[in-house]
Amino acid sequence: MSYARALRCRKCGQEYSLQPLNLCDFCLSPLEVNYDYKAMANGLSREKIAGGPLGMWRYRDMLPVEGKEIDIGTGFTPLVKADNLGRELGLDRLYIKNDCLNPTYSFKDRVVSVAITKAREFRFDTVACASTGNLAASVAAHAAKANMKAYVFVPADVEVGKLVGIAIYNPVLVTVNGSYDDVNRLCVQLTQRYNWGFININLRPYYAEGSKTLGYEVAEQLGWRAPDCVIAPAASGLLFTRIWKGLDELSMLGLIELVNTHMYLAQAAGSSPIVNAFQAGTLHIHPVEPNTIARSIAIGNPADGYYALRVARQSGGGACAATDEEAIEGVKLLAQTEGIFAEAAGGVVVSALKKLVASGLIKKKELTVAFITGAGPRTQEIVSDIVRPLIVQPVVESVEEVLRVPA
Amino acid sequence: MIKRQVMFTFPQELVKEPIIYNLSQKFRVVTNIRRADVSENKGWVVLELEGEEKDIEQGIAWVRGKGVRVDPVIGDIVEG
Repeated sequence: MSYARALRCRKCGQEYSLQPLNLCDFCLSPLEVNYDYKAMANGLSREKIAGGPLGMWRYRDMLPVEGKEIDIGTGFTPLVKADNLGRELGLDRLYIKNDCLNPTYSFKDRVVSVAITKAREFRFDTVACASTGNLAASVAAHAAKANMKAYVFVPADVEVGKLVGIAIYNPVLVTVNGSYDDVNRLCVQLTQRYNWGFININLRPYYAEGSKTLGYEVAEQLGWRAPDCVIAPAASGLLFTRIWKGLDELSMLGLIELVNTHMYLAQAAGSSPIVNAFQAGTLHIHPVEPNTIARSIAIGNPADGYYALRVARQSGGGACAATDEEAIEGVKLLAQTEGIFAEAAGGVVVSALKKLVASGLIKKKELTVAFITGAGPRTQEIVSDIVRPLIVQPVVESVEEVLRVPA
Repeated sequence: MIKRQVMFTFPQELVKEPIIYNLSQKFRVVTNIRRADVSENKGWVVLELEGEEKDIEQGIAWVRGKGVRVDPVIGDIVEG
């Protein structure tokens, strides 16, 4: 049995029973899962968690699920001490949370695993989502595992390489002729027409909770403590707020000390409505038209932007943007210092971190965790200029001549 | 009849215009304001529109044509 008690409006506090619903009927603000933390605290201990499976479901007691989880092997990804990158950036204690190593190569497996488990509990036989890549692949993979039907809507200009990574799991793959806004509008209409579990719409409160496991894991992997600083990418802002919620809950449950983590979010300069609002000193997010190669974080009207902004402010953190050129440099730097090939969003994180350290906001001695949330191979064309092989004839002399190194 | 939840963002020059009133007068759309923050130089309003899909679409197009930004209140749903 889970400790989830109700859905609660984040703005006005109105409560609803646990159901497929994402907006408050009264003030139209997002809903989130509320738990009986007192009971949860009584039933939890570090030892109990540590004795669980080596994956995100070791935190099952802190997630809002009742039935058997749909798990394709997600979570407990490596937290690596990044000494080489730390030296480059000027940080003594830098760690990378490498969430590229999930089954479909991004953190989306965490959120989708929870959302699909709930979809089955709510007796949906079909799930759906709109995505430019990572989310679609994860939904299709989990639907395959759960024997559910999946409809995946993709803008028509998505790269073929990404479509293969979705189609292989055999969802109903639909490409939509139209702009990014058109796809958004269409999917809102579809949610009203079909009785499907829309992964990031009517199942969004549950979907969101999956991201908390990133915060839990990092604290556990650090020996049950919160980092001094976190830097994570922000698209809708949901992941960022849930890393914070994860740390905060651990503290509330008495599993770690009081959290004093400074939360920094990173966005691509071509889609940075949250960074813009942070810099302007306002709490109103003004939507933008996304224009960046970092498509996995290209959200112009972020649903949780306001809440992400509040976390950045209240934690004494900040917000920083990186251009596409800086993102590519970041991808290369991460690969060439730590051996981790991230997608462009990871490059945004690395470049934003570089700026935050250079400006003195994040300090050399602070224990900093950078969240790398998606792998690079699916979008490797953005760094294709890196391929400059030396060409030799199949004889030793030719190799010696080209390499100019003694045997 | 359907319902659509949207956010209107007004630039300074439109803050004094009764756009929401006119929307309900010109089109067969019921407007129901749930949250708002309007100051002298800008403002946003979160509201629910109720009516036939065609009327809502035409109404939203008219509001956009006036220079108001219209966004779905649930934010963008096309994710990476």
